[in-house]
Amino acid sequence: MIELENVGYNYGGGELLSNLSVKLAPGSFHFLTGPSGAGKTTLLKLCYGALTPTSGRVRAFNMDVQGLDRDQMAHLRRRVGVVHQDCRFLDHLPVIENIALPLIVSGKDLGAEEANLRELLNWVGLSDRANALPPELSGGERQRAALARSVILSPDVIIADEPTGNVDWEMSQRLLQLLVELNRMGKTVLVATHDMSLIRAAKNQVQARVLRIAAKQLHLAGADL
Amino acid sequence: MSEGRLRKLIVGDAQADRVVPPSGFTAQLTLFVSGAMAFLAVFALALSLASGRLATRWADELARAATLRINAPADQRSAQTEAALAILQQTPGVASARALTQKEQAALLAPWFGAGLPIDSLPVPQLIEVIEDDPGYDGTGLRLRLQAEVPGAVLDDHTRWRAPLVDAARALRRLGAVSILLIAGATAAMITLAANAALAANAQVIEVLRLVGALDSYIAHAFIRRFTLRALGGSAAGMALGMFGVWLMPAASNEGGFLTGLGFQGWSWLLPLLIPLLGALVAFAATTRAAKKRLGDLT
Repeated sequence: MIELENVGYNYGGGELLSNLSVKLAPGSFHFLTGPSGAGKTTLLKLCYGALTPTSGRVRAFNMDVQGLDRDQMAHLRRRVGVVHQDCRFLDHLPVIENIALPLIVSGKDLGAEEANLRELLNWVGLSDRANALPPELSGGERQRAALARSVILSPDVIIADEPTGNVDWEMSQRLLQLLVELNRMGKTVLVATHDMSLIRAAKNQVQARVLRIAAKQLHLAGADL
Repeated sequence: MSEGRLRKLIVGDAQADRVVPPSGFTAQLTLFVSGAMAFLAVFALALSLASGRLATRWADELARAATLRINAPADQRSAQTEAALAILQQTPGVASARALTQKEQAALLAPWFGAGLPIDSLPVPQLIEVIEDDPGYDGTGLRLRLQAEVPGAVLDDHTRWRAPLVDAARALRRLGAVSILLIAGATAAMITLAANAALAANAQVIEVLRLVGALDSYIAHAFIRRFTLRALGGSAAGMALGMFGVWLMPAASNEGGFLTGLGFQGWSWLLPLLIPLLGALVAFAATTRAAKKRLGDLT
């Protein structure tokens, strides 16, 4: 589904990632871990085409990502739902419209999608916050709203960058549960996190691979969970 | 632009319009610049059209007319006038010739000496108005004949001062047209600056839209539509004010001369209506270019 082949990435005159290969199979669940600044976010961005590798190649859905034109790249991003650490909301729009943003930009009729939207809000537990503005949300609510936005177009792959970075333990478990549910629905999930307790908590819920970035390389961190 | 895109530009998409927040000062800047430029464009257009009319009129009227001046002592003036008229009537290419009455000559001098001038007591030469036929007369031959038979006659076919006047009027018309082009260019530059400022102010919005899969055309359209409509509105207001200003100007009159004929005449009142459309077109092109460049710079 998404495959990195011998990918290298230079940043600030130095090599951040080197000769890195990984394959995200359909329906798989991966954790990506490593110290701060190791390149976790960079690796995620390479996966969804926000960055272009310095060497090697990235393939997504059997397409060479570097060869995509700008419109094709936009269509690729509709197939990959991304949850950013800082959520990236449009602060002037209420939560429900932020969640519906992928529908809006892809020209879908919001009226026809309203039932799905309400169901999604209910799934992430934000039914009563639909009309709140993003700055009014707590950290956990923001992350859940971002997760809801990432799945509104029913993408094949969900990529989450430190989704539990700014939430308490209870909320991180709730978010993990949502990601696991998505994986059970057949979605491929890649979660970057430095929170080892989250990875341990996932052990009983999902079969996941843990990838660790260290010394510019990607390693399988111990046995698969 | 396809019919669908044009409809989308005019009718818009309320949902899509909400995605990009209204941008404060760039909206006012676009409205003000479009309005001011449209206002100036109306005057440049009025000047250009009036100069064009003037050039045509001067060229037509003066080209067909000549003046014969009889500089003779008072006791010979009448006889020489008669002789000159007789010669002119026989000259091929002269459609008509008539001596101006004392009243008409006094009217010509009135701007300098005032009304009630006792012209019969002054040594004022007799003027004969000559209207040329098509084809015209042979000026050199006529001069030679007049020189022989009417010694006090001086033929002035206006060539001496007609050409520079017509040239000046035509230059003024060109200047008006160049002014309109410069106004369009300045409008484009200002709207490009405003669009770039709006795009920069909304960089975060654009980034989010791209991350959720928005096409460049979708993002660009949100800005293009907004700036085009603002320019259209601003230009329409500027045009209306400009037309009102032109309408307030005095109507063309012989007494007022050139300055009173600066307004629009007849169908030319419709021409300023093109200015808002031109303003919108300029804004559309400028914003499209700015948005494409800006979005092209993003990964």
